[in-house]
Amino acid sequence: MKIRQLLLALTGTIAVAGLGLGFVVSQTTSAKAEGIRSGYTYATKETQGLQDDEMSNPGYLWVDTGEDLWSKAEGDAGKSCNDCHGDAADSMKKAGVSYPKYKDDIGKMQNIEQRINQCRTDNMKAKAWKWESNQLLSMTTYVRNQSTGMPVSVAVDGPAKPFFEKGKAFFNQRRGLLDMACKHCHEDNAGNLIRANVLSQGQINGFPVYRLKWGKVGSSHRRFRGCNKQVRAKPFKNGSDEYVNLELYVAWRGRGLPVETPAVRN
Amino acid sequence: MKMHRLLGATVIIAASVGMTFAASAETVAYKIVDDGIPKSLTGKSGDAKAGRKVAYNRKTGNCLACHKLPIPEQQFHGEVGPDLKGVASRYSEAEIRLRVVDSKKMNSDTIMPAFYRDSGFTRLQKKWVGKSILKAQEVEDLVAYLMTLK
Ligand code: HEC
Ligand code: HEC
Repeated sequence: MKIRQLLLALTGTIAVAGLGLGFVVSQTTSAKAEGIRSGYTYATKETQGLQDDEMSNPGYLWVDTGEDLWSKAEGDAGKSCNDCHGDAADSMKKAGVSYPKYKDDIGKMQNIEQRINQCRTDNMKAKAWKWESNQLLSMTTYVRNQSTGMPVSVAVDGPAKPFFEKGKAFFNQRRGLLDMACKHCHEDNAGNLIRANVLSQGQINGFPVYRLKWGKVGSSHRRFRGCNKQVRAKPFKNGSDEYVNLELYVAWRGRGLPVETPAVRN
Repeated sequence: MKMHRLLGATVIIAASVGMTFAASAETVAYKIVDDGIPKSLTGKSGDAKAGRKVAYNRKTGNCLACHKLPIPEQQFHGEVGPDLKGVASRYSEAEIRLRVVDSKKMNSDTIMPAFYRDSGFTRLQKKWVGKSILKAQEVEDLVAYLMTLK
Protein backbone atom coordinates (compact mmCIF):
# COMPACT_ATOMS: atom_id res chain seq x y z
CA MET A 1 0.00 0.00 0.00
CA LYS A 2 2.65 2.50 1.03
CA ILE A 3 4.75 1.78 -2.03
CA ARG A 4 1.73 2.25 -4.22
CA GLN A 5 1.17 5.71 -2.78
CA LEU A 6 4.78 6.67 -3.17
CA LEU A 7 4.78 5.60 -6.80
CA LEU A 8 1.63 7.59 -7.45
CA ALA A 9 3.21 10.64 -5.89
CA LEU A 10 6.28 10.17 -8.04
CA THR A 11 4.28 9.89 -11.22
CA GLY A 12 4.65 13.54 -12.07
CA THR A 13 8.39 13.45 -11.55
CA ILE A 14 8.78 10.37 -13.70
CA ALA A 15 6.77 11.94 -16.48
CA VAL A 16 9.07 14.96 -16.39
CA ALA A 17 12.07 12.67 -16.48
CA GLY A 18 10.50 11.35 -19.70
CA LEU A 19 11.46 14.66 -21.33
CA GLY A 20 14.84 13.41 -22.43
CA LEU A 21 13.21 10.46 -24.09
CA GLY A 22 10.87 12.75 -25.95
CA PHE A 23 13.67 14.44 -27.83
CA VAL A 24 14.95 11.15 -29.14
CA VAL A 25 11.45 10.23 -30.15
CA SER A 26 10.79 13.43 -32.03
CA GLN A 27 13.43 12.54 -34.58
CA THR A 28 11.50 9.56 -35.83
CA THR A 29 7.94 10.75 -35.23
CA SER A 30 6.21 14.08 -35.22
CA ALA A 31 5.86 14.00 -31.43
CA LYS A 32 6.41 17.48 -30.11
CA ALA A 33 9.81 18.50 -28.82
CA GLU A 34 8.31 18.97 -25.37
CA GLY A 35 8.43 15.20 -24.92
CA ILE A 36 6.00 12.52 -23.93
CA ARG A 37 3.79 13.74 -21.10
CA SER A 38 1.13 12.06 -19.05
CA GLY A 39 -2.31 13.67 -18.86
CA TYR A 40 -1.46 14.01 -15.16
CA THR A 41 0.97 16.83 -15.95
CA TYR A 42 -1.83 18.84 -17.64
CA ALA A 43 -4.33 18.28 -14.84
CA THR A 44 -5.08 20.85 -12.14
CA LYS A 45 -3.39 20.59 -8.74
CA GLU A 46 -6.73 19.57 -7.24
CA THR A 47 -7.22 16.73 -9.69
CA GLN A 48 -3.62 15.62 -9.24
CA GLY A 49 -4.14 15.65 -5.50
CA LEU A 50 -7.21 13.43 -5.81
CA GLN A 51 -5.26 10.96 -7.92
CA ASP A 52 -2.20 10.90 -5.67
CA ASP A 53 -4.02 10.09 -2.45
CA GLU A 54 -5.19 6.51 -2.46
CA MET A 55 -7.70 7.32 0.26
CA SER A 56 -9.42 10.06 -1.73
CA ASN A 57 -8.94 8.64 -5.23
CA PRO A 58 -12.41 7.29 -6.09
CA GLY A 59 -10.88 4.94 -8.67
CA TYR A 60 -9.75 2.72 -5.80
CA LEU A 61 -13.35 1.65 -5.25
CA TRP A 62 -12.99 -0.21 -8.55
CA VAL A 63 -9.57 -1.56 -7.61
CA ASP A 64 -11.12 -2.94 -4.42
CA THR A 65 -14.05 -4.51 -6.25
CA GLY A 66 -11.59 -6.04 -8.72
CA GLU A 67 -9.61 -7.48 -5.83
CA ASP A 68 -12.75 -9.16 -4.49
CA LEU A 69 -13.64 -10.57 -7.90
CA TRP A 70 -10.08 -11.90 -8.30
CA SER A 71 -10.66 -14.71 -5.82
CA LYS A 72 -14.31 -15.35 -6.57
CA ALA A 73 -14.92 -18.69 -8.31
CA GLU A 74 -17.37 -18.40 -11.18
CA GLY A 75 -18.41 -20.53 -14.14
CA ASP A 76 -18.64 -24.27 -14.81
CA ALA A 77 -14.95 -24.89 -14.15
CA GLY A 78 -15.47 -23.65 -10.59
CA LYS A 79 -12.33 -21.54 -10.71
CA SER A 80 -11.35 -18.02 -9.76
CA CYS A 81 -8.59 -15.91 -11.32
CA ASN A 82 -6.60 -16.56 -8.16
CA ASP A 83 -6.75 -20.35 -8.69
CA CYS A 84 -4.68 -20.05 -11.87
CA HIS A 85 -2.67 -16.86 -11.30
CA GLY A 86 -2.13 -16.68 -7.55
CA ASP A 87 -1.18 -13.32 -6.11
CA ALA A 88 -1.97 -10.63 -8.69
CA ALA A 89 0.77 -8.41 -7.28
CA ASP A 90 3.26 -10.88 -8.79
CA SER A 91 1.45 -12.48 -11.70
CA MET A 92 -0.16 -9.33 -13.12
CA LYS A 93 2.73 -6.95 -12.57
CA LYS A 94 3.67 -6.85 -16.24
CA ALA A 95 0.22 -7.16 -17.79
CA GLY A 96 -0.55 -3.48 -17.42
CA VAL A 97 2.42 -2.31 -19.47
CA SER A 98 2.33 -4.75 -22.36
CA TYR A 99 -1.25 -4.82 -23.70
CA PRO A 100 -2.60 -4.73 -26.39
CA LYS A 101 -0.63 -7.79 -27.50
CA TYR A 102 -0.62 -9.80 -30.71
CA LYS A 103 -2.35 -13.16 -30.27
CA ASP A 104 -1.60 -16.00 -32.65
CA ASP A 105 -4.84 -17.90 -32.07
CA ILE A 106 -7.02 -14.98 -33.17
CA GLY A 107 -4.51 -13.53 -35.64
CA LYS A 108 -4.92 -10.01 -34.28
CA MET A 109 -4.35 -7.75 -31.30
CA GLN A 110 -5.98 -8.37 -27.95
CA ASN A 111 -6.30 -5.83 -25.13
CA ILE A 112 -6.59 -6.44 -21.39
CA GLU A 113 -10.39 -6.42 -21.31
CA GLN A 114 -10.45 -9.05 -24.04
CA ARG A 115 -7.76 -11.12 -22.33
CA ILE A 116 -9.78 -11.09 -19.11
CA ASN A 117 -12.87 -12.22 -20.98
CA GLN A 118 -10.94 -14.97 -22.76
CA CYS A 119 -9.88 -16.31 -19.36
CA ARG A 120 -13.50 -16.26 -18.29
CA THR A 121 -14.89 -18.09 -21.30
CA ASP A 122 -12.02 -20.54 -21.95
CA ASN A 123 -10.57 -21.24 -18.51
CA MET A 124 -13.43 -20.56 -16.13
CA LYS A 125 -16.24 -21.58 -18.45
CA ALA A 126 -18.02 -18.44 -17.32
CA LYS A 127 -19.82 -15.81 -19.34
CA ALA A 128 -17.81 -12.92 -20.77
CA TRP A 129 -18.40 -9.66 -18.97
CA LYS A 130 -20.02 -6.87 -20.93
CA TRP A 131 -17.84 -4.00 -22.01
CA GLU A 132 -18.01 -1.09 -19.55
CA SER A 133 -19.83 -3.27 -17.02
CA ASN A 134 -18.90 -2.70 -13.42
CA GLN A 135 -17.19 -6.11 -13.28
CA LEU A 136 -15.04 -5.73 -16.37
CA LEU A 137 -14.05 -2.18 -15.42
CA SER A 138 -13.19 -3.30 -11.89
CA MET A 139 -11.09 -6.24 -13.02
CA THR A 140 -9.29 -4.18 -15.69
CA THR A 141 -8.60 -1.42 -13.18
CA TYR A 142 -7.38 -3.93 -10.60
CA VAL A 143 -5.10 -5.76 -13.05
CA ARG A 144 -3.60 -2.57 -14.48
CA ASN A 145 -3.16 -1.14 -11.01
CA GLN A 146 -0.65 -3.93 -10.33
CA SER A 147 1.67 -2.25 -12.84
CA THR A 148 1.41 1.22 -11.30
CA GLY A 149 4.64 3.14 -11.79
CA MET A 150 6.05 0.75 -14.39
CA PRO A 151 6.83 2.13 -17.84
CA VAL A 152 4.39 1.38 -20.65
CA SER A 153 6.08 -0.81 -23.24
CA VAL A 154 4.01 -2.42 -25.97
CA ALA A 155 5.50 -4.48 -28.81
CA VAL A 156 4.74 -2.88 -32.17
CA ASP A 157 7.08 -4.88 -34.40
CA GLY A 158 6.78 -8.35 -35.94
CA PRO A 159 3.18 -9.54 -36.26
CA ALA A 160 1.93 -6.42 -34.42
CA LYS A 161 3.32 -4.13 -37.11
CA PRO A 162 0.36 -4.04 -39.52
CA PHE A 163 -2.06 -3.42 -36.62
CA PHE A 164 0.16 -0.67 -35.32
CA GLU A 165 0.12 0.94 -38.76
CA LYS A 166 -3.67 0.81 -38.82
CA GLY A 167 -3.84 2.45 -35.40
CA LYS A 168 -1.48 5.15 -36.54
CA ALA A 169 -3.52 5.80 -39.67
CA PHE A 170 -6.64 6.08 -37.51
CA PHE A 171 -4.95 8.64 -35.28
CA ASN A 172 -4.09 10.81 -38.27
CA GLN A 173 -7.36 10.42 -40.17
CA ARG A 174 -9.76 13.36 -40.21
CA ARG A 175 -13.30 12.43 -39.19
CA GLY A 176 -16.75 13.83 -38.69
CA LEU A 177 -18.32 17.16 -39.61
CA LEU A 178 -15.57 19.01 -37.75
CA ASP A 179 -13.15 17.03 -39.90
CA MET A 180 -10.44 16.66 -37.26
CA ALA A 181 -8.01 13.87 -36.51
CA CYS A 182 -6.78 12.90 -33.06
CA LYS A 183 -3.46 14.44 -33.99
CA HIS A 184 -4.95 17.90 -34.53
CA CYS A 185 -5.88 18.15 -30.88
CA HIS A 186 -3.41 15.86 -29.13
CA GLU A 187 -0.26 16.33 -31.17
CA ASP A 188 -0.45 19.77 -32.79
CA ASN A 189 -2.20 21.46 -29.87
CA ALA A 190 -1.23 19.67 -26.66
CA GLY A 191 -0.89 22.31 -23.96
CA ASN A 192 -3.28 24.76 -25.63
CA LEU A 193 -6.66 25.73 -24.25
CA ILE A 194 -9.65 24.65 -26.33
CA ARG A 195 -12.35 26.77 -24.77
CA ALA A 196 -12.14 25.78 -21.07
CA ASN A 197 -10.10 22.58 -21.53
CA VAL A 198 -6.35 22.24 -21.65
CA LEU A 199 -5.60 19.76 -24.41
CA SER A 200 -3.27 17.00 -23.29
CA GLN A 201 -1.42 14.53 -25.47
CA GLY A 202 -4.34 12.10 -25.19
CA GLN A 203 -2.24 9.44 -23.44
CA ILE A 204 -3.80 6.31 -21.97
CA ASN A 205 -1.27 5.38 -19.29
CA GLY A 206 -3.83 6.16 -16.57
CA PHE A 207 -6.72 4.10 -17.99
CA PRO A 208 -9.19 2.99 -16.91
CA VAL A 209 -9.47 6.50 -15.46
CA TYR A 210 -11.91 7.87 -12.94
CA ARG A 211 -13.52 10.84 -14.69
CA LEU A 212 -15.30 13.38 -12.54
CA LYS A 213 -17.61 14.09 -15.47
CA TRP A 214 -18.57 10.41 -15.73
CA GLY A 215 -18.75 9.94 -11.96
CA LYS A 216 -17.11 6.57 -12.49
CA VAL A 217 -14.23 4.70 -14.02
CA GLY A 218 -14.16 4.32 -17.82
CA SER A 219 -12.10 2.53 -20.45
CA SER A 220 -9.87 4.07 -23.09
CA HIS A 221 -12.40 2.93 -25.69
CA ARG A 222 -15.11 4.95 -23.99
CA ARG A 223 -12.79 7.95 -24.26
CA PHE A 224 -12.10 7.25 -27.94
CA ARG A 225 -15.85 7.15 -28.55
CA GLY A 226 -16.29 10.48 -26.77
CA CYS A 227 -13.54 12.12 -28.79
CA ASN A 228 -14.99 10.73 -32.03
CA LYS A 229 -18.46 11.99 -31.12
CA GLN A 230 -17.30 15.48 -30.25
CA VAL A 231 -16.08 15.97 -33.82
CA ARG A 232 -19.50 14.67 -34.92
CA ALA A 233 -18.10 11.42 -36.25
CA LYS A 234 -19.74 8.03 -35.87
CA PRO A 235 -17.86 6.21 -33.11
CA PHE A 236 -16.81 2.56 -33.31
CA LYS A 237 -17.90 -0.09 -30.83
CA ASN A 238 -16.05 -0.65 -27.58
CA GLY A 239 -13.67 -3.53 -28.22
CA SER A 240 -13.78 -3.12 -32.00
CA ASP A 241 -10.64 -3.98 -33.96
CA GLU A 242 -10.37 -0.32 -34.93
CA TYR A 243 -10.17 0.82 -31.31
CA VAL A 244 -7.87 -2.02 -30.22
CA ASN A 245 -5.42 -1.03 -32.99
CA LEU A 246 -5.81 2.63 -32.03
CA GLU A 247 -5.18 1.66 -28.41
CA LEU A 248 -1.93 -0.04 -29.47
CA TYR A 249 -0.76 3.07 -31.31
CA VAL A 250 -1.77 5.43 -28.51
CA ALA A 251 -0.07 3.18 -25.91
CA TRP A 252 3.08 3.30 -28.03
CA ARG A 253 2.91 7.11 -28.25
CA GLY A 254 3.08 7.05 -24.46
CA ARG A 255 5.85 4.48 -24.23
CA GLY A 256 7.95 4.95 -21.13
CA LEU A 257 5.18 6.74 -19.23
CA PRO A 258 4.41 5.14 -15.88
CA VAL A 259 1.13 3.26 -15.56
CA GLU A 260 -1.12 5.45 -13.37
CA THR A 261 -4.27 3.37 -13.16
CA PRO A 262 -6.61 4.52 -11.74
CA ALA A 263 -5.81 8.08 -12.83
CA VAL A 264 -8.27 10.89 -12.07
CA ARG A 265 -9.35 13.32 -14.76
CA ASN A 266 -11.97 16.03 -15.21
CA MET B 1 0.46 32.48 -32.80
CA LYS B 2 2.17 29.30 -33.75
CA MET B 3 4.76 30.25 -36.33
CA HIS B 4 6.11 26.74 -36.76
CA ARG B 5 2.72 25.56 -37.86
CA LEU B 6 2.19 28.37 -40.32
CA LEU B 7 5.64 27.89 -41.78
CA GLY B 8 5.20 24.15 -42.04
CA ALA B 9 1.79 24.51 -43.59
CA THR B 10 0.97 23.50 -47.11
CA VAL B 11 -0.52 26.49 -48.77
CA ILE B 12 -2.90 25.56 -51.52
CA ILE B 13 -3.15 28.20 -54.17
CA ALA B 14 -6.33 26.88 -55.72
CA ALA B 15 -7.33 30.39 -54.90
CA SER B 16 -5.50 32.38 -57.54
CA VAL B 17 -6.89 30.41 -60.48
CA GLY B 18 -10.45 31.34 -59.62
CA MET B 19 -12.04 27.95 -58.92
CA THR B 20 -15.75 27.59 -58.56
CA PHE B 21 -17.18 25.26 -55.94
CA ALA B 22 -20.48 23.75 -56.87
CA ALA B 23 -23.70 24.04 -54.97
CA SER B 24 -25.15 20.95 -53.29
CA ALA B 25 -27.89 20.01 -50.84
CA GLU B 26 -27.19 22.67 -48.26
CA THR B 27 -24.60 25.05 -49.64
CA VAL B 28 -24.70 27.51 -52.52
CA ALA B 29 -21.95 27.75 -55.12
CA TYR B 30 -19.19 30.25 -54.55
CA LYS B 31 -16.17 31.39 -56.46
CA ILE B 32 -12.67 31.79 -55.07
CA VAL B 33 -10.70 34.68 -56.52
CA ASP B 34 -7.12 35.14 -55.35
CA ASP B 35 -7.18 34.38 -51.61
CA GLY B 36 -10.80 35.09 -51.02
CA ILE B 37 -14.49 34.79 -51.83
CA PRO B 38 -15.45 38.29 -52.97
CA LYS B 39 -19.20 37.76 -53.24
CA SER B 40 -21.59 37.35 -50.33
CA LEU B 41 -23.02 33.84 -50.13
CA THR B 42 -26.51 35.25 -49.67
CA GLY B 43 -26.13 38.19 -52.03
CA LYS B 44 -26.65 40.51 -49.06
CA SER B 45 -24.42 41.81 -46.31
CA GLY B 46 -24.65 40.19 -42.92
CA ASP B 47 -25.68 41.43 -39.48
CA ALA B 48 -22.64 42.02 -37.26
CA LYS B 49 -24.61 41.73 -34.05
CA ALA B 50 -25.99 38.33 -35.00
CA GLY B 51 -22.48 37.32 -36.12
CA ARG B 52 -21.02 38.11 -32.72
CA LYS B 53 -23.45 35.63 -31.24
CA VAL B 54 -22.56 32.96 -33.80
CA ALA B 55 -18.92 33.43 -32.75
CA TYR B 56 -19.54 32.51 -29.11
CA ASN B 57 -22.53 30.19 -29.34
CA ARG B 58 -21.28 26.66 -28.68
CA LYS B 59 -24.01 25.19 -30.86
CA THR B 60 -23.18 27.22 -33.97
CA GLY B 61 -19.79 28.84 -34.66
CA ASN B 62 -18.12 28.30 -31.29
CA CYS B 63 -15.13 30.24 -32.61
CA LEU B 64 -14.23 30.97 -28.99
CA ALA B 65 -13.25 27.31 -28.63
CA CYS B 66 -10.06 28.14 -30.49
CA HIS B 67 -9.81 31.94 -30.80
CA LYS B 68 -9.58 34.85 -28.43
CA LEU B 69 -12.18 37.48 -29.35
CA PRO B 70 -13.18 40.85 -27.87
CA ILE B 71 -16.20 39.23 -26.19
CA PRO B 72 -15.36 39.89 -22.52
CA GLU B 73 -18.67 38.68 -21.07
CA GLN B 74 -17.88 35.13 -22.24
CA GLN B 75 -15.50 33.10 -20.12
CA PHE B 76 -12.88 30.77 -21.57
CA HIS B 77 -11.39 31.78 -24.88
CA GLY B 78 -9.31 29.13 -26.61
CA GLU B 79 -5.73 29.50 -27.75
CA VAL B 80 -5.57 26.98 -30.57
CA GLY B 81 -5.85 29.66 -33.27
CA PRO B 82 -4.67 33.28 -33.44
CA ASP B 83 -6.34 36.13 -31.52
CA LEU B 84 -8.93 37.59 -33.90
CA LYS B 85 -8.69 41.11 -32.52
CA GLY B 86 -7.65 43.29 -35.46
CA VAL B 87 -8.37 40.57 -38.02
CA ALA B 88 -10.10 43.09 -40.32
CA SER B 89 -6.88 45.11 -40.52
CA ARG B 90 -4.97 42.04 -41.59
CA TYR B 91 -7.44 40.63 -44.12
CA SER B 92 -9.98 41.83 -46.63
CA GLU B 93 -13.63 40.83 -46.37
CA ALA B 94 -13.16 38.33 -49.22
CA GLU B 95 -10.19 36.72 -47.45
CA ILE B 96 -12.07 36.46 -44.17
CA ARG B 97 -15.04 34.87 -45.93
CA LEU B 98 -12.85 32.15 -47.44
CA ARG B 99 -11.22 31.42 -44.10
CA VAL B 100 -14.59 30.88 -42.49
CA VAL B 101 -16.03 28.93 -45.42
CA ASP B 102 -13.12 26.52 -45.80
CA SER B 103 -9.76 27.37 -44.29
CA LYS B 104 -8.30 24.15 -45.74
CA LYS B 105 -8.19 25.96 -49.07
CA MET B 106 -5.37 27.96 -47.49
CA ASN B 107 -3.82 25.36 -45.20
CA SER B 108 -4.57 21.71 -45.89
CA ASP B 109 -3.29 20.64 -42.45
CA THR B 110 -5.28 23.11 -40.35
CA ILE B 111 -7.35 22.05 -37.35
CA MET B 112 -9.92 24.76 -38.15
CA PRO B 113 -13.11 23.20 -39.50
CA ALA B 114 -14.61 24.27 -42.81
CA PHE B 115 -17.77 25.99 -41.63
CA TYR B 116 -19.46 25.99 -44.99
CA ARG B 117 -18.93 22.59 -46.54
CA ASP B 118 -21.43 19.74 -46.68
CA SER B 119 -19.63 16.77 -48.22
CA GLY B 120 -16.37 14.84 -48.34
CA PHE B 121 -16.36 13.75 -44.69
CA THR B 122 -15.26 10.45 -43.11
CA ARG B 123 -17.64 8.55 -40.80
CA LEU B 124 -20.00 11.42 -40.49
CA GLN B 125 -22.79 10.97 -37.92
CA LYS B 126 -26.05 10.37 -39.70
CA LYS B 127 -27.76 13.50 -38.48
CA TRP B 128 -25.13 15.68 -40.16
CA VAL B 129 -25.23 14.09 -43.60
CA GLY B 130 -25.68 16.77 -46.27
CA LYS B 131 -25.30 19.55 -43.68
CA SER B 132 -22.71 22.23 -43.19
CA ILE B 133 -21.75 23.54 -39.72
CA LEU B 134 -23.10 27.01 -40.55
CA LYS B 135 -25.74 28.27 -42.93
CA ALA B 136 -24.92 30.90 -45.56
CA GLN B 137 -26.65 33.58 -43.48
CA GLU B 138 -24.62 32.72 -40.39
CA VAL B 139 -21.39 32.91 -42.40
CA GLU B 140 -22.33 36.34 -43.68
CA ASP B 141 -23.26 37.52 -40.19
CA LEU B 142 -19.89 36.31 -38.93
CA VAL B 143 -18.04 38.02 -41.77
CA ALA B 144 -19.86 41.26 -40.95
CA TYR B 145 -18.90 40.87 -37.30
CA LEU B 146 -15.25 40.07 -38.03
CA MET B 147 -15.08 43.13 -40.31
CA THR B 148 -15.79 45.28 -37.23
CA LEU B 149 -12.59 43.96 -35.59
CA LYS B 150 -10.20 46.56 -37.00
C1 HEC C 1 -11.62 18.54 -30.96
C2 HEC C 1 -10.47 18.14 -30.23
C3 HEC C 1 -10.19 16.66 -29.99
C4 HEC C 1 -10.02 15.66 -30.91
C5 HEC C 1 -10.08 15.75 -32.43
C6 HEC C 1 -9.73 14.45 -30.15
N1 HEC C 1 -9.73 14.73 -28.81
FE1 HEC C 1 -9.16 13.47 -27.30
N2 HEC C 1 -9.57 14.92 -25.92
C7 HEC C 1 -10.00 16.21 -26.21
C8 HEC C 1 -10.21 16.95 -24.98
C9 HEC C 1 -10.69 18.40 -24.87
C10 HEC C 1 -9.87 16.05 -23.94
C11 HEC C 1 -9.86 16.35 -22.43
C12 HEC C 1 -8.60 17.09 -22.08
C13 HEC C 1 -7.36 16.30 -22.46
O1 HEC C 1 -6.93 15.40 -21.72
O2 HEC C 1 -6.82 16.55 -23.57
C14 HEC C 1 -9.45 14.80 -24.57
C15 HEC C 1 -8.99 13.67 -23.87
C16 HEC C 1 -8.50 12.53 -24.46
C17 HEC C 1 -7.93 11.42 -23.73
C18 HEC C 1 -7.77 11.33 -22.22
C19 HEC C 1 -6.38 11.71 -21.80
C20 HEC C 1 -6.16 11.60 -20.33
O3 HEC C 1 -5.01 11.76 -19.89
O4 HEC C 1 -7.11 11.35 -19.59
C21 HEC C 1 -7.57 10.48 -24.66
C22 HEC C 1 -6.93 9.12 -24.39
C23 HEC C 1 -7.91 11.02 -25.97
N3 HEC C 1 -8.48 12.27 -25.81
C24 HEC C 1 -7.69 10.37 -27.17
C25 HEC C 1 -8.12 10.84 -28.41
C26 HEC C 1 -8.07 10.07 -29.63
C27 HEC C 1 -7.46 8.69 -29.76
C28 HEC C 1 -8.64 10.83 -30.61
C29 HEC C 1 -9.01 10.47 -32.01
C30 HEC C 1 -9.86 9.34 -32.17
C31 HEC C 1 -8.99 12.10 -30.02
N4 HEC C 1 -8.69 12.05 -28.67
C32 HEC C 1 -9.51 13.20 -30.70
C33 HEC C 1 -10.19 16.75 -27.47
C34 HEC C 1 -10.03 16.06 -28.68
C1 HEC D 1 -10.65 23.96 -33.78
C2 HEC D 1 -10.00 25.23 -33.90
C3 HEC D 1 -10.63 26.41 -34.59
C4 HEC D 1 -11.96 26.81 -34.62
C5 HEC D 1 -13.17 26.16 -33.95
C6 HEC D 1 -11.99 28.02 -35.38
N1 HEC D 1 -10.74 28.34 -35.80
FE1 HEC D 1 -10.20 29.96 -36.93
N2 HEC D 1 -8.24 29.34 -36.97
C7 HEC D 1 -7.75 28.25 -36.30
C8 HEC D 1 -6.32 28.16 -36.54
C9 HEC D 1 -5.37 27.09 -35.97
C10 HEC D 1 -5.97 29.24 -37.39
C11 HEC D 1 -4.56 29.58 -37.91
C12 HEC D 1 -4.42 29.37 -39.39
C13 HEC D 1 -4.53 27.92 -39.85
O1 HEC D 1 -4.30 26.97 -39.10
O2 HEC D 1 -4.87 27.74 -41.02
C14 HEC D 1 -7.22 29.96 -37.63
C15 HEC D 1 -7.31 31.11 -38.42
C16 HEC D 1 -8.45 31.89 -38.56
C17 HEC D 1 -8.51 33.13 -39.29
C18 HEC D 1 -7.32 33.83 -39.92
C19 HEC D 1 -6.75 34.70 -38.80
C20 HEC D 1 -5.30 35.09 -38.92
O3 HEC D 1 -4.93 36.05 -38.23
O4 HEC D 1 -4.56 34.44 -39.67
C21 HEC D 1 -9.80 33.59 -39.21
C22 HEC D 1 -10.38 34.85 -39.81
C23 HEC D 1 -10.55 32.61 -38.42
N3 HEC D 1 -9.70 31.60 -38.04
C24 HEC D 1 -11.88 32.73 -38.09
C25 HEC D 1 -12.63 31.80 -37.39
C26 HEC D 1 -14.04 31.90 -37.13
C27 HEC D 1 -14.91 33.07 -37.53
C28 HEC D 1 -14.40 30.75 -36.47
C29 HEC D 1 -15.77 30.29 -36.04
C30 HEC D 1 -16.82 30.28 -36.98
C31 HEC D 1 -13.21 29.97 -36.29
N4 HEC D 1 -12.15 30.63 -36.86
C32 HEC D 1 -13.15 28.75 -35.63
C33 HEC D 1 -8.48 27.35 -35.52
C34 HEC D 1 -9.87 27.39 -35.34
